Amino acid sequence: MTTLDFFLQALTLQGGYNSALVAVGAGLLGIAGGGAGAFVFLRKRALVSDAVTHATLPGVAIAFIIMALLGGDGRWLPGLILGSAASAAIGLMAVEWISAKTRLGEDAAIGAVLSVFFGLGIVLLTVIQTMDHGKQAGLDTFLLGSTAGMLIGEAVLIAAAGAVAVALVVALRRPMTMVAFDPEYAATLGIDVRRTDLAMMGLALIVTVIGLKIVGLILIVALLIIPPVAARFWTDRVDRLILISAAIGGVSGYTGAALSAAAADMPTGPIIVLIAFAMFALSLAFSPLRGVLASALRHRRFQHRVHLRQGLLALARGEAIYDRLTLRILRRRGLIRGDGVVTQDGRGAAGRAQLDETRWTTARRLRADDPVLERYDGLTPIDRILTTDQVAHLDSLLPKPEST
Amino acid sequence: MTPDAQLELVTADGRRVSTESAPCPLEVRGLTVSYGEKPAVFSVDARFPSGSMTAIVGPNGAGKSTFLKGALGIVRCLAGEIRFFGRPFKETRRDVAYVPQRASVDWDFPARVIDVVMMGLYREVGLFRFAGSRHRARAIECLSRVGMQDFADRQIGQLSGGQQQRVFLARALAQDAELYLLDEPFAGVDAATEHAIVTVLKELKAAGKTVVCVHHDLSTVSAYFDRVMLINMRKQAEGPIAEAFTPETLQATYGGRLAASQIDELRLGSA
Repeated sequence: MTTLDFFLQALTLQGGYNSALVAVGAGLLGIAGGGAGAFVFLRKRALVSDAVTHATLPGVAIAFIIMALLGGDGRWLPGLILGSAASAAIGLMAVEWISAKTRLGEDAAIGAVLSVFFGLGIVLLTVIQTMDHGKQAGLDTFLLGSTAGMLIGEAVLIAAAGAVAVALVVALRRPMTMVAFDPEYAATLGIDVRRTDLAMMGLALIVTVIGLKIVGLILIVALLIIPPVAARFWTDRVDRLILISAAIGGVSGYTGAALSAAAADMPTGPIIVLIAFAMFALSLAFSPLRGVLASALRHRRFQHRVHLRQGLLALARGEAIYDRLTLRILRRRGLIRGDGVVTQDGRGAAGRAQLDETRWTTARRLRADDPVLERYDGLTPIDRILTTDQVAHLDSLLPKPEST
Repeated sequence: MTPDAQLELVTADGRRVSTESAPCPLEVRGLTVSYGEKPAVFSVDARFPSGSMTAIVGPNGAGKSTFLKGALGIVRCLAGEIRFFGRPFKETRRDVAYVPQRASVDWDFPARVIDVVMMGLYREVGLFRFAGSRHRARAIECLSRVGMQDFADRQIGQLSGGQQQRVFLARALAQDAELYLLDEPFAGVDAATEHAIVTVLKELKAAGKTVVCVHHDLSTVSAYFDRVMLINMRKQAEGPIAEAFTPETLQATYGGRLAASQIDELRLGSA
């Protein structure tokens, strides 16, 4: 069987009980990461979550050492998760304390905490290597994630915690949205901003610790950040942003886990992150709302409208046109002939543009503070904004209609 | 009869006269707020009577916004006693609406105009439920009061500064509060917006609501407001425009930063 066959099998949950379980677990993890990450992104706390994820490493190592010294299995996942959560929480508090109580900014606090905790974790991992059972510990898989040899109990634990995180996202979406947009206003409505922020970082923490096994702590932050950033290209609404972000995270987790299960020795975390990145790149390029291509097209269309309008007004005033783009647009629409002479259509369109311009000028002078006229952009015809009666009234006020 | 209820007498021309003064919408005593060890607002006492429209005026960095934020508990106060309707803010949030400075938020946030106005209905919709068509109708009505009903589905990032300011005001209107605290609502807005905001504020006053506004444009104070509080870290003057908004109080507040000609321009009468 080729790798592709294995991949398709894993993708359709035919690749055996274990890899099916891992794929579902990773999918749920991705959904939780995308959902929680949406708030982290909106609150602009991506760097803080990076510090938190790196701060898990010493907790993993210390939990292993304690469990091994107590004579148990040092690799027992719930124990490792508890340890990582504890040290990540300490890291988070350290960042908050440094930025609140000293004159250092949050960026400096993040840099310090991230590197110190990660360094401590690496030293502890080396210590573990010298211990009796250390060589088989395989703790280094927590750095980049692995799905090989995952136990069913572990997969169930990851899936359950992922479901809890998703439920929390749904429950807390309104206060978190308020705090992310306007924390001071949210506070006057009685929302506890500090606690909401804590809940948000708590969510990120849950995703981090359950993602340790599959994605690994170095890259888990990508599962919090890439999905919402990609989702932002598709929508201007928070509720949809959360849904799309969760979907992108879920698909990345699921296909990434399936792919790494199919190809031996493929690290799971980096694969998942690369798939998420591919979706980000596609969104960036092709989203009709905020994608690069759509923006370029919109800009071009707008530019053409401006040139057309300028060209028509110039024709109406009998001015010469030198701009090549303007000439091309007028010619393509049959408003001028190839030799630059105005056609019948062109004269009519120019007259209408001039009339519209006069109407706008008069309306804006007479009714300076009418909010309807705020829709003036120099391009939209006024009869598309005012009613026929209003336009007729306006025409009776015009200084001297210049059109025929 | 509940202890809160009051007897009301109606005069011959239909005005209501309360037998007992209603609790003051906002009363502050000794309010002190400090950033680091430099006080921004120092021991300010102030009362904002029911149904009044007060401008908080002072030079840049005089603690005008900080005063509002301190009263609302957004920034922590070093000292001071704050009463909203005679009670702590916690118990009276429902009756207080705050309009922050427009520049205090990121307008590229993924939200439509209607979403922002619906934030004012947060307490009504409840923590976990979804907003319904009834809430949407309320939000649209508030938007139309500021002339923005056509913009309900517009992304907030596409609005002009004045339109953003009116969306913020509509959000506060959605709260249907008794006391409105606005931070620089006229800063950098166009004439249409200024007109729309003044109209709404005067409607609020006519409906018996209380308005407090951080304001920077001395030339419009007497046209828009009936009371003024001058502040420059300490309170310099407070009261009806005629008493508190004089060349002497302005000179004390601005400490010579205001040229005599500028004061003359305000046509405050002979000094």
